[in-house]
Amino acid sequence: MTGNVIEVNNLEHSYGSIKAVDNISFTVKHGEIFSFLGPNGAGKSTVINILTTLKKIQKGEARVNGYDVAKESKSVRKSIGIVFQMLCLDHEMTVSENLEYHGKIYSMSKKERKKRIEELLKLIDLESKRDTLAKELSGGMKRRLELARGLMTKPAVLFLDEPTVGFDIQTRMRMWEYLREIKREGTTIFLTTHYMEEADQLSDRISIIDHGKIIVTGSADELKNKLGKDLIYLETSNNKAAAEILRSLQSVKSVTEDTKSLRVLIGEDVTHVLPQIMEKIRGEGIDITTVNIKKPSMDDVFVHYTGHGLREGDENEKQQGMEVEGVSK
Amino acid sequence: MNFEFRAIYWREMLKFFRFKSVLFSSLIQPVMWLAFFGLAMSDSFDQLTSLIPNVSGAPVVDYLSYMGAGIIAMDVLFSSLFGGTTLMFDKKFSLLRETLASPVPRFHIILGIGLSAVTKAFIQTFIIIGFGKFIGMDFFKGYTLAETITAVMGIMILVATFTLGFLFLSGSIAITIENPEGMQSILTLLSMPLFFVSNALYPIDSFPPFLKFLSMFNPLTLLADGIRYFALGTNFSVMGNHYIYTTANISFYFLGLIFFALSMLSIAMWRFNKVNI
Repeated sequence: MTGNVIEVNNLEHSYGSIKAVDNISFTVKHGEIFSFLGPNGAGKSTVINILTTLKKIQKGEARVNGYDVAKESKSVRKSIGIVFQMLCLDHEMTVSENLEYHGKIYSMSKKERKKRIEELLKLIDLESKRDTLAKELSGGMKRRLELARGLMTKPAVLFLDEPTVGFDIQTRMRMWEYLREIKREGTTIFLTTHYMEEADQLSDRISIIDHGKIIVTGSADELKNKLGKDLIYLETSNNKAAAEILRSLQSVKSVTEDTKSLRVLIGEDVTHVLPQIMEKIRGEGIDITTVNIKKPSMDDVFVHYTGHGLREGDENEKQQGMEVEGVSK
Repeated sequence: MNFEFRAIYWREMLKFFRFKSVLFSSLIQPVMWLAFFGLAMSDSFDQLTSLIPNVSGAPVVDYLSYMGAGIIAMDVLFSSLFGGTTLMFDKKFSLLRETLASPVPRFHIILGIGLSAVTKAFIQTFIIIGFGKFIGMDFFKGYTLAETITAVMGIMILVATFTLGFLFLSGSIAITIENPEGMQSILTLLSMPLFFVSNALYPIDSFPPFLKFLSMFNPLTLLADGIRYFALGTNFSVMGNHYIYTTANISFYFLGLIFFALSMLSIAMWRFNKVNI
């Protein structure tokens, strides 16, 4: 199969008067890893829930594997795999029973189930744990089992909603390895994340989403290159005046004033530009205290396009966590 | 044809046999009822009622056998009424997400859980009949083999219909309610009138007219009387009360239970189609 596995046109979704998804359009190509990168509350989960037919579509059009999400929900469901944000394994069933159950509810034959379970246990390195109860697995293993479960029916596309949230960096990097392996086997992957490095390391293409809108879409390299070749962080005795000077220079693409430093995007090779810049600023009687040069990262891309860091999202997350705790007490 | 409900059934039964404590208590509970409550009550009731002359001339049935039918009804009532709780926990721990996100029709989820409850109810019914016979319950007295088989089949159909009805009811509550405490209190509240305004443990002939009227439509009464029709015969006397069951009676019990089960099914479907994940 070639072409687009997911096609979304002018999708909108509101909760009451709040627009969670605001006129979104995008496509996901066959065989790629496509990421939605954005803070919590940006509308990522809503889009995933609509595409997996868990939420009714309000406005716009969406097709998954060629099926209309609004009219052919059963066919859509048959052709996708889902890994939910929250762990949802049956802890009282073994690793292989969890997979067996999934195969059964998707009407796979006994022979198919047996073969697929063997393949998947091998893929996620849980062959030795097949008869272990799910509750006895580590967090990373549980997540891998959920991955395997999502792949049980050989879906055309696997949806992952924040697949590595709450994991330490080693576990996360291991998950990425498995996801790359799954991609190599030809499964299209759609994932949402608020981890910059996850989107950066894993995805063929990334859409940055904020306040229900797609801000920009492209490969990690494309997005970074759009920002310019290099990035300079400057700390001076008078940031405001220095910014003015920098903005007047042709080689400078943009200047952002942070609390302490200036972020300067350079369109040309920084090795030639930096001496000029320093000379110019010093010439105006401003002292330069620190200079730091780096290549633009996904963080820079995100800040550039949304005008804010992802930190806000993290704060939201903490608040939500506290609210949940409050309720359960 | 879709058979997805079998997957749901498979999982329920797997877990029924896995949780040894649940398995053990659900098997031992009916035996305890019969052994302690049944023997104690039947001795004192029989002593009290032995002085009442049997005017009807119908064969006399002892209280233990009369109550045995009620114990089946009661035991099945409690296990099916609390049987839906599994759904509430599945929803709470988001286990239900996987199933609800799959192509399985929601009716199959209810049906699968319903059928697993019926299986458990059959096991309990057979334990009570088996143990009851062992301690001297007069079920199927004087029946031929063919008559016994027919009677057992009849009881199984009644028990199955009754169980489905109450499981659908408890499933609807479980899927609607958020916390275990709320579920517990609703079920306890429900089981009280069901249990006492019925003839499961004692005859309703001397009830006040209003309660007597209500109890006639209580599914528990329908089941207990239905079991008595099959297990004790159509004409007997117990504690001075003369019982005659006609074909019209047994048809009423069957139809009443079927009506009950179908009504509960429609409520369950309504609640299930509203579930959001």
